[in-house]
Amino acid sequence: MDLMEFQAKELFAKHDVPVTLGIVVEAPEDAGPAAEKLGGRVVVKAQVKAGGRGKAGGVKLAEGPQEAVARAGDILGMDIKGHTVGQVLIAPTADIGQEYYFSFLVDRGARGYLCIASVEGGVEIEEVARTNPEAVAKVSIDPHVGVDEAKAREIVAATGFPAEVADEAVGVVLRLWQVFIGEDASLVEVNPLVRLGDGRLEALDGKVTLDANAGFRHPDHAKYEDSAAGDPLEAAAKAKDLNYVKLDGAVGIIGNGAGLVMSTLDVVAYAGEAFGGVAPANFLDIGGGASAEVMANGLEIVLGDADVRSVFVNVFGGITSCDAVADGIVSAFALLAQRGEPVDKPLVVRLDGNNAEQGRRILDEADLPGVERVDTMDGAAKRAAELAAAK
Amino acid sequence: MAIFLTSESKIIVQGMTGSEGAKHTARMLAAGSNIVGGVNARKAGEKVDFDTDTGTTTLPVFGTVAEAMAATGADVSVVFVPPKFTKDAVIEAIDAGMPLIVVITEGVPVHDTAAFFAHAQAAGTSRIIGPNCPGIASPGQSNAGIIPADISEGGRIGLVSKSGTLTYQLMYELRDIGFSTSVGIGGDPIIGTTHIDALQAFEDDPHTDAIIMVGEIGGDAEERAADYIKANLSKPVVGYVAGFTAPEGKTMGHAGAIVSGSSGTAEAKKQALEAAGVKVGKTPSETARLMRQVIQGA
Repeated sequence: MDLMEFQAKELFAKHDVPVTLGIVVEAPEDAGPAAEKLGGRVVVKAQVKAGGRGKAGGVKLAEGPQEAVARAGDILGMDIKGHTVGQVLIAPTADIGQEYYFSFLVDRGARGYLCIASVEGGVEIEEVARTNPEAVAKVSIDPHVGVDEAKAREIVAATGFPAEVADEAVGVVLRLWQVFIGEDASLVEVNPLVRLGDGRLEALDGKVTLDANAGFRHPDHAKYEDSAAGDPLEAAAKAKDLNYVKLDGAVGIIGNGAGLVMSTLDVVAYAGEAFGGVAPANFLDIGGGASAEVMANGLEIVLGDADVRSVFVNVFGGITSCDAVADGIVSAFALLAQRGEPVDKPLVVRLDGNNAEQGRRILDEADLPGVERVDTMDGAAKRAAELAAAK
Repeated sequence: MAIFLTSESKIIVQGMTGSEGAKHTARMLAAGSNIVGGVNARKAGEKVDFDTDTGTTTLPVFGTVAEAMAATGADVSVVFVPPKFTKDAVIEAIDAGMPLIVVITEGVPVHDTAAFFAHAQAAGTSRIIGPNCPGIASPGQSNAGIIPADISEGGRIGLVSKSGTLTYQLMYELRDIGFSTSVGIGGDPIIGTTHIDALQAFEDDPHTDAIIMVGEIGGDAEERAADYIKANLSKPVVGYVAGFTAPEGKTMGHAGAIVSGSSGTAEAKKQALEAAGVKVGKTPSETARLMRQVIQGA
């Protein structure tokens, strides 16, 4: 779960990382009073979960309240890498001396943690790593030990923080570590961490990714969940606890297991090449051990997508049993008919694995309109693409 | 023979009395696994009956992993306990010196996995598979986890995969040739056994002739495996990576399957693997075809 800047800063403040919170507004006219409160001269910053906001024009300086309203008006509603800006952060301007980069993250390769830091902050760290790799310090952290004062000193020395800020930097590193561990974050990034004119350090920006699996330890993290998912189908799927991602094509996809569903997207896209480039309309993983109800919910979401012209249900039953999947399809048809929205899109179903025979029998006996059974994944993908192209 | 899990393996189940644990204990027994007991501190001393086609098996419940090991000689633990308690359960098994710990539980916080993996590294006596994985199956010998036992015969292909259902799909497509061992390593950011660990074990296993490696978009585990294959493996490897057509920046289920920028894409992984001499299929059925050619050509 990625956080927006102002949310990351809230967590920083909670752990005493030096930060100025600013004021979040959703309407341009609210930017004026906010700027006034903050001393007039402010920075207006788009709040989206994407990098490169500055480059996209989502961060602007305003000399006073009036200009803040104008800049907020420019930025609100902007599209930054597919994210519509719904909130801007009005932040006081800072007297910046130096800019540093700092992050803690999960290191998959080392199966531990990594600290990446640089005294060349304020720019894209990937760029620094490419052009001046010596300026980027990477310090591995053993999860067994974590970051204690000695480790923090090692990090500060490796980064090359100037001697006069070293002690303060050690404190900031320790507090950011508390954000990382204490909040169950998989990423904590500060870019830039600045040295102000008066010598103090401050996190001028913040990026935090929280581990959704750790939600049981953090009831307060629930407020960071995206209530307003951009896509209405994704929101509806989320409400039903379905793992759904809307894509651009015309073949609705339902499968079990992230790997198999991703593979299904590929197979459908390849098959679609023969039919004028028909592509998958979505990713939907009904998960392991899916019940008939989950299957019915999934089918309802996918059929509710106006872009969908055919549906491919691809299930390999491991824990999931194919008879439950078949029951789910039958009950979804009944449910939708009852609601006066009978299924009018063709369905191609491929069932293999656990209880596949029973599942196939249930479908054959139900003889649902527009439902075809195909035995292989490739064959079914081809048929689904063909049906989507024909309709 | 097989890797990590053989007909000799004696298995206990942590979380055997829970609903998932009980269901899969019955399945593992039906698959012929030698399950010798379960662990649950609150139900220590109780007995649980499991009905399978071949009759009823009665298994003892122990209060701790150490007690279970002392009483049964168990050398494998399969963990089904809920995410909240997984870290403690795994650390208990490590402290008891359990040689193989298979963590099926999905939804374990990454900091918990980091902690128990580091603990296992420090102890140096336990291999962990998972978490969030389907487990490990050596068809015809033993099954520790939730991989359906009847998909494939025993045979001479080794398989290592991040994805459960793709494991099943490929085992199914190659069921006539059969598998020595199939290891589902899971797709979480931190996992106890990597592609590389399993590849080396298959390389060392005299009963495995060829290896299938299944990857997924995100991270760079496949790229690292490719380097390793080039330097260390003599047996033929066939690869498959799911997610060629996945859009960038969208999360598709697994925490691990996130594409950011160009590295971590299916295409980048395919290229890295091919540069290491691995044949890579673009679909599961093409992958199975490539493996068939390898086996029949050998």
